[in-house]
Parts: sequence; structure tokens; C-alpha cells
Amino acid sequence: MGDRTLTRADLAEAVFRKIGLSRTESAQLVEMVLEEICSTIASGESVKISSFGSFLVRDKNERVGRNPKTGEEVPISPRRVAVFKPSNVLKDRILEAHGKRAASGLELMRAAE
Amino acid sequence: MIKSELVQAIANRNPHLYQRDVETIVNAIFDEITEALSDSNRVELRGFGAFSVKNRPPRSGRNPRTGEAVSVEEKWVPFFKAGKELRERLNAK
Repeated sequence: MGDRTLTRADLAEAVFRKIGLSRTESAQLVEMVLEEICSTIASGESVKISSFGSFLVRDKNERVGRNPKTGEEVPISPRRVAVFKPSNVLKDRILEAHGKRAASGLELMRAAE
Repeated sequence: MIKSELVQAIANRNPHLYQRDVETIVNAIFDEITEALSDSNRVELRGFGAFSVKNRPPRSGRNPRTGEAVSVEEKWVPFFKAGKELRERLNAK
């Protein structure tokens, strides 16, 4: 727990377990969903997934940056960036799961003393 | 775009699937990511981006209205970093 990195393959496996499609088709559908979200964001439109969160597009103005190596000032061109705003449901889920583990970890430490 | 529109878009391109099956698929994807983050795992989707959990250590904050010192508990918050391809596509002319 906590040291794994999931990839597309894991998402495809989750889809495969849920529904009677082949592994190949499950993988293709995962790709299609990600591509649909990507192209919507790239077009400048935000994507809201209820109880998960929203992918928003923000416009950034030009600002002055600095090359951290040389200290030289360089202009950073205006750009669009994608930000993710997690839903309260997602935030609560993560907070609760981690809080519980932290609490049981403390108990284990006390028991060992 | 909201989730039902995402489901509709995928269903339109897959006429052999029922819309409710596409909904199950989309839900399975986001449920899997939610579960991974709850277990403190990372989810890395090349080209799209990476989801991770960031730890915010406990700190003492202040009630901005009264100026009173309050302790803020340790927190874990979900974080998303957009992938290189997505960043480039956002700024492609």
C-alpha cells in the first residue's frame, strides 16, 4: 500500500473486471475516455466528473520568470494550463482513509511501548 | 462537459455498447483512481497526467476574523499534474 503506481493497464483491468468485454477492448475504451477528456480540455472546455472533480482550463498572463541556474530574467509567455479541482467527495474519501491509517499506526506504536 | 456528456460521446462512437455499459466503464475508471489515491498510490497516465496524494503536515493557523491561534490537523489532499502532451495540446495554435 502506498508504493504502487497505477497505469492505464490497471484501469483497463478494472474495466475488464466490471464488464464482459475483452481485455483489448477494455484497454481501447480506457484510451477513448482519456482521449475524449484530453481533447475537450485542449479545446478550452472544462470537464466536470461528479463526485470525482473538475478539470478546468486557466489562462495565464505573461510574467517574468528567472532561469534558476543563471539567475537571468526571462519572459514566460501567456499560456493555458489545466488544473484539477477535486470534489469534496474525493477529498473526504482520501482524508478519511489516510486519517484512519494514521490513527491505527499510532495505536500500534502505543501497543508496542 | 459533464460526466453524462462524456458517456454520451463515448457511446456514440461505440454503437455496439449500451449507454449504461459505457456509464459503468466511465465509473469504473474514476472509482479505480479514487481507490488508488485512498490507498496512497499514484496513478500515472502518460500524455494525460498523474494523480497523487500530497501530505500537508499539521500547523498552527489563525482565525482570520479573531486573530486567535488554532491548530490545523495533518491533511492529505489529492493532486493532479497535467502531462506533457496535454500541456502542449493546450497551447498548440
